[in-house]
Formats: sequence, C-alpha cells, structure tokens
Amino acid sequence: MDIEHVAKLARLKLTDDEKERFSNQMGTIIEYIEKLNELDTKNVEPTAHVLGLNNVFREDGATPPITEKDPIEDSPAHSKGHYEVPKII
Amino acid sequence: MHRTTITQARELLQSKKLTSVQLTEAVFARIDAVEDKVKAYAHLMRDKALEQAKAADARIAKGEERPLLGVPIALKDLICAQGSRTTCASKILDQFVAPYNATVVNRLNDAGAVIVGKTNMDEFAMGSSNENSSHHATMNPWALDRVPGGSSGGSAAAVAAHECMAALGSDTGGSIRQPSAFCGVTGLKPTYGRVSRFGLVAFASSLDQIGPITKSVADAATLMNVIGGKDPQDSTSADVPLPDFTQALNQDIKGMKLGIPKEYFTSGMQPDVEKAVQEGIRTLESLGMETVEVTLPHLDYAVATYYIIACAEASTNLSRYDGVKYGHRSSKSDNLINMYENTRSEGFGEEVKRRIILGTFVLSSGYYDAYYLKGQQVRTLIKQDFENALEKCDVIAAPVTPYPAFKMGEKLDDPLQMYLADIYTISANLAGIPAMSIPCGFVGEENLPVGLQLMGKHFDESNLIAVGHKFQQATDFHTKQAPV
Repeated sequence: MDIEHVAKLARLKLTDDEKERFSNQMGTIIEYIEKLNELDTKNVEPTAHVLGLNNVFREDGATPPITEKDPIEDSPAHSKGHYEVPKII
Repeated sequence: MHRTTITQARELLQSKKLTSVQLTEAVFARIDAVEDKVKAYAHLMRDKALEQAKAADARIAKGEERPLLGVPIALKDLICAQGSRTTCASKILDQFVAPYNATVVNRLNDAGAVIVGKTNMDEFAMGSSNENSSHHATMNPWALDRVPGGSSGGSAAAVAAHECMAALGSDTGGSIRQPSAFCGVTGLKPTYGRVSRFGLVAFASSLDQIGPITKSVADAATLMNVIGGKDPQDSTSADVPLPDFTQALNQDIKGMKLGIPKEYFTSGMQPDVEKAVQEGIRTLESLGMETVEVTLPHLDYAVATYYIIACAEASTNLSRYDGVKYGHRSSKSDNLINMYENTRSEGFGEEVKRRIILGTFVLSSGYYDAYYLKGQQVRTLIKQDFENALEKCDVIAAPVTPYPAFKMGEKLDDPLQMYLADIYTISANLAGIPAMSIPCGFVGEENLPVGLQLMGKHFDESNLIAVGHKFQQATDFHTKQAPV
C-alpha cells in the first residue's frame, strides 16, 4: 500500500512514525484479508444491504425541524450566519 | 436497591415501596462508590436525571404506568441526547453537544426512563477493549486489571457494576455481545433495521444496530418493546410489525430445534470456555430443545469480510469530520486542505486512523473490485450460510468469544489479534440477523464470566428471548454479582 497516497485521499497527515507503523500493520492486515481470494465468487451477487431495500420514499411535506437551534452555532468558526474557513484559493 | 433489575424496580416503584428519586439517588451513590475503580461513564447527567426522577414520581402518583417509568438507564456515548455531550470517546467530538434526540432517546423518554449518563466506549465504536477512548479506559468489574470488552464496554461494565438498571449499546461487529459476555450481563443485538439508527453516530451504516444491555433477558424484552419499530427518520428501519417481546417470556421452548454450527467448535477456543458453552447447550437440551448439527462453512472468512466492509463504510462516514460544521478544528492551518488534514490528524485516535486508511484503500481506484466488491460477494455467501442453517433449526447456539476478558494492554499492539477476538460475533452483523449473549458460566481462578450466543432468523428476536429466558429461569449465572 502506498501509505502517503492513501493518507492524502483520506485527508490525514501522518507522522513518520505513524507512516512506518501503519505500513507494517496494513501489510499484515491486507495479507490476511486476501484469504478471500480462496473463494470463487464469479457468479455471486454482492450484498450492500441485508434487507434488500431500494429507494425509500416519503410524502414530500413539511415536518417540524429536528431542533430549534441554528445548526451553524455548532460550527467552531462562524460569523453572521456563515461558516468561516481558511483561504481556499 | 441499585442491584434491582428493571422488572423488580418497576414493581417497587408502582407499588410505591420506592420512589424514582430514591432509586436514582441510590444509583448515583453506587456510582460515587465504584466509579473510581470501574470508570464506566464518559460523563454523568446527575441534575437532569434527578429532575426526570421527580417527574416520574409525579406521573406514578397520578397512577400512570409506563414500561420504564422512573427507571435509571445509561446510554452509550454515541447516542444523541439533546443538550448533552455526545463525544463518541473522540477528541474530534469532545465538546459536541447534541442538538436533538436520537429516536431511541425519544422512545426512552416516552416510556418514562431516567437517563443517568453517557457510557464510555472505544472511539467511534472501533475496538474490542474500551482502551481506544479519548476519556480513559474502562475496567472489568469482575477483574479490574482486565478489559470490559468493546466497543460498548462502558455500558456493559455499568450494568455489571450496578451503576444503572440497564444501558443501551450499539453493535457493528459484536460491540454489544462481546462486552456483555466479558462482563457477565445480557446483551441483544436486534435484527438490522429493527431499531432506528436516527441519532446514532454512524460507524458502518449497513452493520450498526442499537440494542439493550441488561441484567436479565426479561429486561431486554422490556427495552426492545420500547426502542423497536419503524421510524420515518431512518429509511433503513424496517416496516415490519413489532411484537410484544414480553409475550415470548411465557413461550414454551420444548421441541424447538437448536442448531449447533460445527465450525464454531473446531478452532482456537479456550478449553474451559468451550466447556461452559457446551454445558449451556446441555442445559437447553434438558429444557426440551432438540439439538441439530448445522454448518456455517464461511466462518473463516468473516473477519476479513467484515474489516473490508466496516472500514470502507467508516472511511466514508467519518469524512464528515472536517472541522467546518461541528466538532474540533485545528488552530494551526493556513489553507483549507491543511485545515482538514490537521483537524482530522489531531482529532482522531490511532485505531480510527488505521481503519480510515484501510477503508480508503479498499475503496480506492484500482483496488475496489479486488477488495470491496469481493468483500460484498463473500458477505452474500455468509448471509446464505445463515439462511440455510436457520431452515434446519429455530435458534443457533454458539460461543460469543474464544476466551474470557483479556488483560489490559495485552492486544493493544497487534490490531489483527484484536480483530480476531470478534470472530464469533461479526457474522451476525454481516447477515443482519438478531443475536444475543447470555451468561453461561465462569472460568479460571478469577471467576471470569463466559457468554453463550443465541442467533435467530431476521426479525425473530422473540425466539431468542424465549430461549434465553428459559435458560435464565433454570440457571443463576446472570444473578451472580461482580466483586467490585
């Protein structure tokens, strides 16, 4: 596993120590999960969801909000009803 | 007083031999006496609980009867209760206060429960020992140098130490059943879709399920009546009728078929644990059940399948923690990307990072078919194994864990060994079936509890409750007291 590439995809910044430790552990874990290759699954349908639900629809109507509180107040940085984030461009 | 079950407490409350305030104060006195040793809670809700107890007493005085009216219950700290911290034992949610109630909390409130506090857990429910918590480790009330199991270890320890009458936990790969087995209490993972997940912080959405951890099967039936049922807020909650689970307590089990999966008894179980489980099965035979051998041939592939699917779902679910909308934000960032990276690296613990990395990898370009798709296909095979086995029997009996509670620190440096501790529990999550752990014996010099696992067909919790209750009427393992 290219640990730096995967960490970048996952938006994690790893220390050198973590990179080395995780690389070793991932090697062992991936070797273990490759035991699935012993099974022939060519004609087996994948299961994403055990109850086989497809789209679940409801009537499109107004319902009371789940909270009275303005969720933006939970943000670690906000002002005038907007989220504040560092410079993007 | 704190040692009562829900059933006993309700009788005392309703007959006015005891008030909810007295019971709640007794529970907090017990917490004050043992919590230094057990550390089952992440945080307590003392003032609010006493207000709820007073309100419950007023309702009882008016003659109201509700299944949990006045009974102190604890919640695992990934279930949202409005106005209280919900940390998931993670630094990234350390100061997060839930703005709304989970559906199960609304249902507990309607049933009159008193919420004592939020129990400790492995961070984001990832772990089997409760050692991965941003708060502190929780100790096993039966042996304080041993783990309570995980990830609902705080809930199981709190029930075992009588720091609440019962608790809710969540189970993604065994997180209710394994700690229940390690702590000598009763734990039920309902069928996937039986209990609403609305307000449950997500780990792996196709596997997660909320369920009760209690001092008896009868109490589990009471709690299931309260928390079960379709919820419009959770589209994956199933629209199937909710039976009265307490009816199953009167059900006869004579002549019912008990399936024994041979694969569960061939590899790696500690001999005294196997003996306790076998004796549990003999007890069920003596109660009139007929044992039949069944086969679950893909057991050996369950751990690998689980870690692909659970980590893949976790890596996507946990992408929401970006430091923008809520939770922790790193203060040392000068652009958006390194704000995300610093926030997540500071906020997540080691095991969570490890699973995000594994999950991101199995979903990444070039590896999706080889790992994630393959895992989903093997999941189908595991699910079919259970469908076939449960055609031949009503309930499957198996061990919960290969060994009793292990020493703290023992498996911390070897993630794969920690994952393999879940070998007997994760298949039920992959198949979506209900499964329960009940105490069936004690082993070793330290008298450590052992659990017997009962698994059933989709939405057939009633048969598990019937069998488990008859077992508890014939045995006294569930009434033994932890030495703490």
